[in-house]
Amino acid sequence: MAPLLKVENLRIELKTRAGIAPVIDDLSFELGQNESLSFVGESGCGKSMTALAIMGLLPDRIGRIASGKIIFDGEDLTTATEARLRQIRGNDISMIFQEPMTSLNPVYTIGEQIAEVLRHHQNLGKIAAHNAAIDLLNAVRIPNPKSRVNDYPFQMSGGQRQRVMIAIALACRPKILIADEPTTALDVTVQAQIFDLLRDLRRQTGTSIIMITHDMGAVAEMAERMIVMYAGRKAEEGPVRQIINNARHPYTRGLISCVPHLMSDPSAERKELTEIPGIVPSLQAFGKAQCLFSERCGLASERCLTERPPEIVFENAHKSSCWHARNPK
Amino acid sequence: MTTVLDVKNLTVRFAIRNKSAKFGAKSYLTAVDEIDFHVLKGQTLAIVGESGSGKTTAALAVAQLAAGEVSGEISLDGADLFSLDQKTMRQRLQVIFQDPYSSLNPRRRAKDIVSEPLDSLTTLSATEKDKIIDDLFAAVGLRQEQKNLFPHQFSGGQRQRIGIARALATRPDVIICDEPVSALDVAVQAQILNLLRKLQRELGLTYLFISHDLGVVQHMSDSIIVMYMGKIVEHADRISLFSTPRHPYTQALLSAIPSVDVDPEQNGKRILIPGDPPDPLNLPKGCRFQSRCPFAQDICAQRDPELASITPDQKVACHFPITY
Repeated sequence: MAPLLKVENLRIELKTRAGIAPVIDDLSFELGQNESLSFVGESGCGKSMTALAIMGLLPDRIGRIASGKIIFDGEDLTTATEARLRQIRGNDISMIFQEPMTSLNPVYTIGEQIAEVLRHHQNLGKIAAHNAAIDLLNAVRIPNPKSRVNDYPFQMSGGQRQRVMIAIALACRPKILIADEPTTALDVTVQAQIFDLLRDLRRQTGTSIIMITHDMGAVAEMAERMIVMYAGRKAEEGPVRQIINNARHPYTRGLISCVPHLMSDPSAERKELTEIPGIVPSLQAFGKAQCLFSERCGLASERCLTERPPEIVFENAHKSSCWHARNPK
Repeated sequence: MTTVLDVKNLTVRFAIRNKSAKFGAKSYLTAVDEIDFHVLKGQTLAIVGESGSGKTTAALAVAQLAAGEVSGEISLDGADLFSLDQKTMRQRLQVIFQDPYSSLNPRRRAKDIVSEPLDSLTTLSATEKDKIIDDLFAAVGLRQEQKNLFPHQFSGGQRQRIGIARALATRPDVIICDEPVSALDVAVQAQILNLLRKLQRELGLTYLFISHDLGVVQHMSDSIIVMYMGKIVEHADRISLFSTPRHPYTQALLSAIPSVDVDPEQNGKRILIPGDPPDPLNLPKGCRFQSRCPFAQDICAQRDPELASITPDQKVACHFPITY
């Protein structure tokens, strides 16, 4: 079966004061139907840029797709017209954002904002859209949806607003839902509710989910496959459990072990956390013909500084772009 | 072990303008409601809770930086903190703030930022101060040539190091760490957490550590307070709290954390607490957690549970604490 979404050799360039920087550099990946894929990495590694490129929402006049293809359901989105993209956005591919506090319009009721999508994309009448909005609020588990549908965003908590965002995103039963750090601004107990909701909705609707996060724990919970991004390039890709148990890129191993995870045995001795020294390189360094992680890497050798590592494929389509991928650790 | 910081009946209230009330009438939001705790010398006490639980307000009240009306008793090494003079108090109690971007003055050089507490709180000579600053830069892992740079020339992690150096400058007894890593990227968090632990070992520092991240708290603390809507719901040493949480809220909080060690098949076992916290201006009678609690009974709506010892190391405020 052909993949639902296929990204081929995507290169996105961003105009900066210091020149043009490839914020996404030769990225290829596929997303299947009803699949859940996660993008992981630190800030500034290109996770959100990838999502914006798929949505056709790259910042105007600053970012552009320099080369590559984004093929959705057989159609190349990089050459699609703005009108066609507007049809696709919200209907076939939709997105929820990190900040539920600021991504809703404060002067419209949530019912109007959900109905807007349905009226625009599915030509529903005013009353039909209003009723559909109530059903959607019910589906995202907002209690008492009949009266809440007339609430304004300020009358809702952060978790409820994110549910409303999810209701808007799922209103037209999209084939792909992109969730950009959907729970970063929320408390952990609310995060657990949202994850539970997303899992259930995926089971019911068969929507594919691309989730962007920096939290390996969230990936382990939500996704089957993950892509680790570093400085605009794919560092590693593969099945989540396989990567967590046997990461082949030193950056991935660092990301997993630098976070103090809850220990299953709390009385065990606490070890020093593994540090990834330094920070993500600045945009000027992006695109250099070398391994961009080498300056933070304990394994770096001569070759890492002079040649960009190729992608090596292991079992179960586990891919790693590291000169030391065959002999990690 | 000696108690460095002892807090009794700490309450912080904020006056709220209430349009529907009679002219002149004020209503109050009680962000922290009669909490007691103490911190032992050289140890770390963590306060955890979700947004709105009062954890940061409680800590800032201890540092006398809270905006609301503070009441209660706070003693530092046996001396009443409220009657200590400001300079002595500030020398002995310092704060590391959450946001390393807004907590440093953008127009001052790194060395001047670190020197500020020495300038205003001590009478040391310039050479003595320079020596201390050199030592502090080395201790927090910054290079000497970075002393003359401005905050914008540092990364987030390095800025937090400057904030730590500033807090250490007067060799305080207690450092309040208010979410010191939550604004940092995951890979940088480890650097700062390791640094804080190293400094504690070497200098015998006492931390009051505020965090919403139980993974971080487990890594950093000796004992833990769990707060919910201004009240302490559980207070225990680290191992007891993480192995046998007694309050249903603590249990749910622990269970909500996504972990790389957990098999996704186990998701069914997760304890999900429904709904949102109650309105702090309109708290229910009885236990504040009752509306979300899976074990709530009639008594929970009538009587507010007291914080009571279950074991010598563990106190819980619940009518039906979890048994093991």
